[in-house]
Amino acid sequence: MRAALSTLEVARPRDLAHALKLLHASLDAGRLVPLAGGTDLFVTLNSGLVPGRRFLDLWSLRELRGVRDQAGRLVLGALTTFSEIREHALVRRRYPALAAAAAEIGAWQVQNRGTLGGNIANASPAGDSLPVLLALEAVVHARSVRGTREVPFTALFRGYRDLALEPDELITAVSLPDPDAPPPLRAGAARRGAHPPRAQQFFRQVGTRRAQSISKVALAGLLRLGRDGRVDLARVALGSVAPVTLRAGRAERVLLGARPSAAVAAAARAALLEDIAPIDDIRSDREYRRRVSGNLLEQFLRVADPRFARR
Amino acid sequence: MTRTPTRRARPKTTLRPQPAVGVSVPKRDGEEKVTGRALYVDDLKFPGMLHGRTVRSMVARGIIRRVEFDPAFDWNGVVIADHKDIPGLNCVAHLTEDQPLLAVREIEHADQAILLVAHADPERAQAALGAVRVEVESIDAVLSIEDSLAARVKIRGADNVLKEYNIARGDLAAGFADADVVVEGVYRCGHQEQLYLENNGMIAERTAEGGIVVRGSMQCPYFVHHALQRTFGLPPERIRVIQTVTGGGFGGKEDYPSLLAGHAALLAWKSGRPVKIVYDRLEDIAATTKRHPAVVRVRTGHRRDGTLVATDVDAVMDGGAYVTMSPVVLSRGALHAGGAYRCPNVRIRARAMATNTPPNGAFRGFGVPQTVYAMESHMDRVAAELGLDPLVLRRRNAVVVGDVTPTGQVLHESVSAVEVLDRTAERAGWAEKRRRYGRENAAAERAERAGRFAPGGRRLRRGIGLALGWHGAGFTGGGEVRLNSLAALDLSPEGRPRVLAANVEIGQGAITVFTQMVAERLGVSPDLVLVETPDTDRVPNSGPTVASRTTMVVGGLLEQCARAMRERLELFAERALDGDADFRRVARRFLAERGPLRVERRYQKPAHIVWNEETYQGDAYPCFSYGAVAVEVEADLDTGEVRVLRVTTAQDIGRAIHPLLCIGQIEGGTLQGLGWALLEEVRWKDGRIWNHQLTNYIIPTAVDAPPLDVLIVENPYSGGPFGAKGVGELPMDVPAGAVVAAVAHATGARMDEIPITPERLLRALDGREERR
Ligand SMILES: Cc1cc2nc3c(=O)[nH]c(=O)nc-3n(C[C@H](O)[C@H](O)[C@H](O)COP(=O)(O)OP(=O)(O)OC[C@H]3O[C@@H](n4cnc5c(N)ncnc54)[C@H](O)[C@@H]3O)c2cc1C
Repeated sequence: MRAALSTLEVARPRDLAHALKLLHASLDAGRLVPLAGGTDLFVTLNSGLVPGRRFLDLWSLRELRGVRDQAGRLVLGALTTFSEIREHALVRRRYPALAAAAAEIGAWQVQNRGTLGGNIANASPAGDSLPVLLALEAVVHARSVRGTREVPFTALFRGYRDLALEPDELITAVSLPDPDAPPPLRAGAARRGAHPPRAQQFFRQVGTRRAQSISKVALAGLLRLGRDGRVDLARVALGSVAPVTLRAGRAERVLLGARPSAAVAAAARAALLEDIAPIDDIRSDREYRRRVSGNLLEQFLRVADPRFARR
Repeated sequence: MTRTPTRRARPKTTLRPQPAVGVSVPKRDGEEKVTGRALYVDDLKFPGMLHGRTVRSMVARGIIRRVEFDPAFDWNGVVIADHKDIPGLNCVAHLTEDQPLLAVREIEHADQAILLVAHADPERAQAALGAVRVEVESIDAVLSIEDSLAARVKIRGADNVLKEYNIARGDLAAGFADADVVVEGVYRCGHQEQLYLENNGMIAERTAEGGIVVRGSMQCPYFVHHALQRTFGLPPERIRVIQTVTGGGFGGKEDYPSLLAGHAALLAWKSGRPVKIVYDRLEDIAATTKRHPAVVRVRTGHRRDGTLVATDVDAVMDGGAYVTMSPVVLSRGALHAGGAYRCPNVRIRARAMATNTPPNGAFRGFGVPQTVYAMESHMDRVAAELGLDPLVLRRRNAVVVGDVTPTGQVLHESVSAVEVLDRTAERAGWAEKRRRYGRENAAAERAERAGRFAPGGRRLRRGIGLALGWHGAGFTGGGEVRLNSLAALDLSPEGRPRVLAANVEIGQGAITVFTQMVAERLGVSPDLVLVETPDTDRVPNSGPTVASRTTMVVGGLLEQCARAMRERLELFAERALDGDADFRRVARRFLAERGPLRVERRYQKPAHIVWNEETYQGDAYPCFSYGAVAVEVEADLDTGEVRVLRVTTAQDIGRAIHPLLCIGQIEGGTLQGLGWALLEEVRWKDGRIWNHQLTNYIIPTAVDAPPLDVLIVENPYSGGPFGAKGVGELPMDVPAGAVVAAVAHATGARMDEIPITPERLLRALDGREERR
């Protein structure tokens, strides 16, 4: 441990309101660093990088725990651990991509301690839950002494490790819409058939070994075919291929409204390369990331609909 | 301190004990480690102890211009030591004395130690580290084998060569002229970190009498002992080295502890207080030794049926900035470079090159993994070019009794190359799988072209590959004679036999195996036998714990000691000894009537072993162990990731004294070999190790470990105790070549550089797709 632990302080708030007050008050004299599971913070401390001298321990805040189904939206408290997510029956049924990402993070020990809120707030472009939350169009619930706020995930990352949150705001929860909820009825349009087709979900992270691997590329996707056989929902999000986790808007636009075919897949793949901006770094290189991003997109498409691979 | 076995209820009868050898008795150190009672060096505290830290160079090569101590920092209580404080020679004495303990003016590699600081509070010591600024003027550095060979920048003599060996046999030109086919390839492999669980650590004290005591994690107490004599100019009796419980070594604690002990001792010498230096993982990976990278060119000539008629190998290794262990690593690599094959015409040239990188050192296999990997990759290429089954090609050329090695050594006994090949192939279902995977891959290719994919949309291909390896046990050539090892057995005051040897338990089971061999000869149970802690004040110099020598060489000495002790006691009792209780009765009577009993044995070179250091001809090793490995892989064409599905291996180790420990060695060494072949890549940035964290230096985890099917073959060696040969390193030598072959079988891509990272494999696969 290269950081001098004896010089660090930890504040233990009574409840969320107290925590927010402490956090707000700390802004003038060295911001309290929120501490959730500590699985990211301890790595920095170990290498001697000190993110701050004073910490705010969130672990006992009951307001940040729990997973609730609220009128078709799933609300996950910020302190929900990846073990809880991995094992949650509703998550597995409705958001298999999120369950898959949770199961890929670190290994069991880290999943027991690492939280969803911490993964988001850490804002690493390699955070494994982030592409899934982006593809699911999650909403981040933030709170400060001034009140609560909802930030759509698509507006969350302003730049490399730069989060659209105020320094005295805490993430309290993340909520997810049901991707398979029927769209609201348009006036005059009669609903045909009770159950619209489900969107196919996909998640894959590539990190060389089978556990404890930081992603070189991660891709989360959602794809739905309408009754006319055309893609009517396409979301593709990637991690580790740009300074922020991003939606591949160009690739999505190629897919949307198209009928599955190998040619469409090839066009989406070409568009994807315009969406991403990977670099050479300690874990991998630009070429590999470009190649694998395209390959994962193709894999996603052929899983979602085999016709993407045929003539 | 004596290691006592844990008490277990034992019936109080005097039944003759069961045989001790060949039985998987409980591991002597197992319980204290599993229960957390074992004390590692970082668990030890001494009154007044300081914590040392090392100021290192950030650049690979340069001249120290200035050392600045931040005036704003509170230097109270900080002890600082640099090269001027060294009482004796400023060197880390290995085979040569070219490596300074602390840099004087020249910096020759990144992370080279420049000065040392210590404080009673480890946090203050860490802070002091940050308050020292060293200004180094950077100069052109040599950072790769290629740059070193090019010798545009000269850092060692005229050609940057640290050491060269040449081995020749037969008539190479005639051999190639005689060949129907000549095949050539160049094979590369990178650095590898030993990654023992316990980082390097040492505690030193200056004694009231002006001597030095060091305790720490190490493989070779007498190497440290020797190095400290040179650094401090002290006579041997003033230096005491004690091994603490050691969490793994793999060669990484063969030479490096001499340097670290010197650092801790220097701070202790200067401060008069005990000093502990324990590296964290970041520092350990950045600064300590690695496996030598190598570039190996192999050219072979064959008859149409595969028969090998000429072998030409040019192996170049990266030694790093100083000589340290490179000559011996290189020598062993060269001696095994022809593979376990019969060939009448051979030339082997081997060079270790200087580079401005931290010195590379000992690592399980000691040069052999590099050359055997190259030869085995090459044999797979030859098989493909000749259209032969790789098993058939190897069987046709594998050595048998009576064959002669490139140094002219006649293999007289215990030669199992063919047997391990056959047993591996049979157990793995070689022929059937080779066909099946080939068929399935072709079918998958067709289906994918038609738009039909496997579940999950993955594009997977499978393959199986084979490799054969050998490993000479004990020190090379005249090495054992020079070591002149001495081991002893005495009686403890309670009348129990006690092993006195400098060889250490580092997790491999050495002390358990010692108790078994001694027990077997004394007719007692292994539990009765005590093992003294390796402490240079208490144990004789039985040599280092390296080179797959501990069981075969030192165990052999102890076995002789046990025989002699039994003879003495039986002569004294005028009857045969009969089990534990009887042994103790007789031993106590002996102690009472005759006084202490201590039996010693010194290494004697078997008369038939002849080695010529000048010509590099003769018996390089008393005998070899042999292993074959079949690796099955699954490659993902979308990501270039390779997963190992299964490994089957048969290894002839002479005799398994403790079968379970032998399986442990084979499994562990194999997994380390798989990691080297597929995952482990030391990445460099500006001459410094970039990925010096476990996050980014990727080794296999438990879920990456495939099922390992291990077959132990016991073809006894008459010169080893109970027939035992070495087992520690062989398992590391063989897997890489089999992985390369399996990947080639699965994907058609022949990878001539390891590790086969996903990036490399995907590049190779894409290259092929584009050429189509
Ligand atoms: C061995 C290991 C393996 C790992 N593997 C992976 C992996 O495969 N994939 C992956 O994505 N990550 C991985 N991680 C990183 C880490 O586990 C995750 O990012 C985890 O989700 C962090 O959560 P935490 O609760 O531990 O965060 P902490 O370390 O407690 O905090 C992380 C950051 O978030 C801030 N923060 C935490 N909670 C809040 C909140 N409610 N509001 C505002 N700010 C907050 C903290 O101030 C800090 O800046 C790994 C870590 C380790 C140690």
